[in-house]
Amino acid sequence: MSAVKNVGSRVLFAATGRNYILPAVYSRCSSVWADVPLGPPDAILGITEAFKKDKNPKRINLGVGAYRDDAGKPFILESVKKAERQMIEEGLDHEYAPISGFPAFTEASAKLALGDNSPAVAGGLNATVQGISGTGSLRIGGDFLKRFYTKSHEIYFPTPTWGNHTPIFKDAGLTIKPYRYYDPKTCGFDFNGALEDISKIPEGSIILLHACAHNPTGVDPQPEQWKEISKVVKKRKLYPFFDVAYQGFGSGCIDKDAFGLRHFIADGHTLCLAQSYAKNMGLYGERVGAFTIVCSDKKEQERVMSQLKILIRPIYSNPPIHGAHIVAKVLNQPDLRSIWLKEVKQMADRIITMRTRLRDGLKKEGSSHNWQHITDQIGMFCFTGLKPPQVERLTNEFSVYLTKDGRISVAAWLFSEKTRGIVIASSSSSVCRSRRA
Amino acid sequence: MASVFSDIEMGPPIEVFKMVAEFNADPHPEKVNLSVGAYRGNDGKPWVLPVVRTVEAQMASDQTLNHEYLPVAGLPDFRTGACKMILGEEDPAIVQNRVAGVQALGGTGALKVAADFLRQNMKYEYVYVSTPTWENHKSLFTKAGFKVKEHRYWNAKTCSVDLEGMLEDLRTAPPKSVVILHAVAHNPTGTDPTQEQWKQIADVCEEKKLFVLMDCAYQGYTSGDLDKDAWSCRYFSQRGFEFFIAQSFSKNFGLYNERVGNLCVVCKDSDSKSKVLSQMELNVRVVWSNPSNHGARIVATVLNNPPLYAEWRESIKTMANRILFMREQLHQKLKAIGCPGNWDHIVQQQGMFSYTGLNEHQSEQMVKRFHIYMMKSGRISMAGLNSQNLDYVAKAINTVVTESMGQAQSRI
Repeated sequence: MSAVKNVGSRVLFAATGRNYILPAVYSRCSSVWADVPLGPPDAILGITEAFKKDKNPKRINLGVGAYRDDAGKPFILESVKKAERQMIEEGLDHEYAPISGFPAFTEASAKLALGDNSPAVAGGLNATVQGISGTGSLRIGGDFLKRFYTKSHEIYFPTPTWGNHTPIFKDAGLTIKPYRYYDPKTCGFDFNGALEDISKIPEGSIILLHACAHNPTGVDPQPEQWKEISKVVKKRKLYPFFDVAYQGFGSGCIDKDAFGLRHFIADGHTLCLAQSYAKNMGLYGERVGAFTIVCSDKKEQERVMSQLKILIRPIYSNPPIHGAHIVAKVLNQPDLRSIWLKEVKQMADRIITMRTRLRDGLKKEGSSHNWQHITDQIGMFCFTGLKPPQVERLTNEFSVYLTKDGRISVAAWLFSEKTRGIVIASSSSSVCRSRRA
Repeated sequence: MASVFSDIEMGPPIEVFKMVAEFNADPHPEKVNLSVGAYRGNDGKPWVLPVVRTVEAQMASDQTLNHEYLPVAGLPDFRTGACKMILGEEDPAIVQNRVAGVQALGGTGALKVAADFLRQNMKYEYVYVSTPTWENHKSLFTKAGFKVKEHRYWNAKTCSVDLEGMLEDLRTAPPKSVVILHAVAHNPTGTDPTQEQWKQIADVCEEKKLFVLMDCAYQGYTSGDLDKDAWSCRYFSQRGFEFFIAQSFSKNFGLYNERVGNLCVVCKDSDSKSKVLSQMELNVRVVWSNPSNHGARIVATVLNNPPLYAEWRESIKTMANRILFMREQLHQKLKAIGCPGNWDHIVQQQGMFSYTGLNEHQSEQMVKRFHIYMMKSGRISMAGLNSQNLDYVAKAINTVVTESMGQAQSRI
């Protein structure tokens, strides 16, 4: 950077004879930021920051949901690498994409979620835009519904839900309300509680549903339960908003993971959905996602698309394209797609294996607590059932970092299992033992 | 059951994207795209900088590179490199560690980060934009909750900056006002204040305690010289302002669709800097969570590698020089065919765009009759001109101007 010379200040000196290096008017009064408080660390990302500051060589980070291989390294998918090499060979340019992203990506994305033979996609009824991964797609959805969904500005979340859902939708101007979801007694799905609560939701409200691998609990409805939920949602005329962050990553099968969503469509709901390719393609930092509204007819689709573009332009104008090119290639080219499907299954299977090992490890360490939920739950996270004081102890005494709701990233545990799994197991169980005592 | 969205109306198309779409669909053999601000070579094609290709090829074959999440504020090497690029390594604010960068999704994203912070955390209410300005300034700040006010800027009669009008308008600003200043290569007019005029603008900003937000989308791209184009930003820093600079790497790196931007935050002290950064991170988390990796990594690699950096500086000169050449050529051709009016502003203006002075009717004629796509404000993108279409464009301008000589156009 020594090549960059600061010509400006020398010119200033010469031109005016005044020493502008001394701060001027502003320093004599207080700074314009005098009233800005230091913001609290993020509930999830802040964990990683605290972990990085920890000097304990045995520290383990089970906070952020990012997949790790057996060596503890980020897993770079071969299908992704192949796609990137193709992109180099093709010499793609970097011209602005359309505000909504390019069709090869958006159409493939809609088909992935709704099904290759989806009548909605075939009929051009999906208003799909590329979004900034899951967060950005949820946010566009929230903004759109605030502006155009006139029936209600209340959105119902499962309890608990991903930590960032509340700030996102609140910032979009919606009111957040809960419905029962997780049963802390069984560490499983509170089916009856959910149905009861949903049946009391005011008509026309928006309801958020995790398509699969519920975050943070890992607890999903069974297919039969999805059918019942759909009936009640229909009865209450609620507007479903599906968060599809883990398609393929839950069970290892993309169709199985989309069961709930596709059943709702088949059941006649009009709905919207947000997709993320952070986990299932390992494209975390490339920010690839999509937001889709399933419309009633083609004319409506055109109107909705026009309004989505007007919404996006004053935020970031048009989306980052590198990751979207990768996804489009992987989804649209049969050879890459089949490699990807195997890799997604591989990741999901490893997680299922590690869940078994964690559960067995805890038993071996002498924990008398019932850890069955670890293998009953699905996806990246495990809701251990640990309470905030226990979490704090795990962190402060054992340098094991997890979010204070007791959520651990099973994927991150893969590595630690090899070398430190016993530590976690024993520390967790000693924590649980002390809870029982 | 009637659709829940049955009352949604068709939104108006966004002009520049509409122009591009119409251009693409137009089969006319002599069509010319002078609408969108993206660089084109003399062959009329997009130009991916060779240094960008080099770095991308390296990245694709690097087995150690992954796609992990960036920190919320972005790639550290990119952020520091970007701030140093605009302020200069020896800038006192940089040396005293009171500058922070927040990586954002393009220049637009950087403006968004600024707008949200200024509105939500600092409770600023008003934003002043020039008449005219980039159309997205108004929508972006309106959406962020600001009341938008315009200050005089472009003097259509003299094709220059109406400094008196601008300063008069800024002096009426209520408390808690932000002012967006175009650091260099004003969009759409291509007309910038002189150094002396910048000094007066800074005086009024200080006097009225206006919060300065510099929009810097064309550093290097304008004159070919990074330092020259950074003059106004460095001046404000050296005068001790606390202010923001929204930087775009779309044009100077040709990375339009990778959305590479940086909000450079200049504070009085390091403590404030940390607090401001922490609040911006919270705001960003609910909009896009963390920024995109690919483009920022390319820029960071180039800025921190001397041979690549030198190559990049040459590329910027190439782009800037071609545009300067097109300005000269268009100016010459208009004079040569005797097009009525004074066309000196074509060479006096700088950067991507020229405010030709053509009115809405004339601009529409350019599109409809000659298939020369330009904005109805009279703005043309100089990058769309090349040796093959210069004559055609000059003749078309001459035709629409001559035919509407009855209109009241004092300069044209």
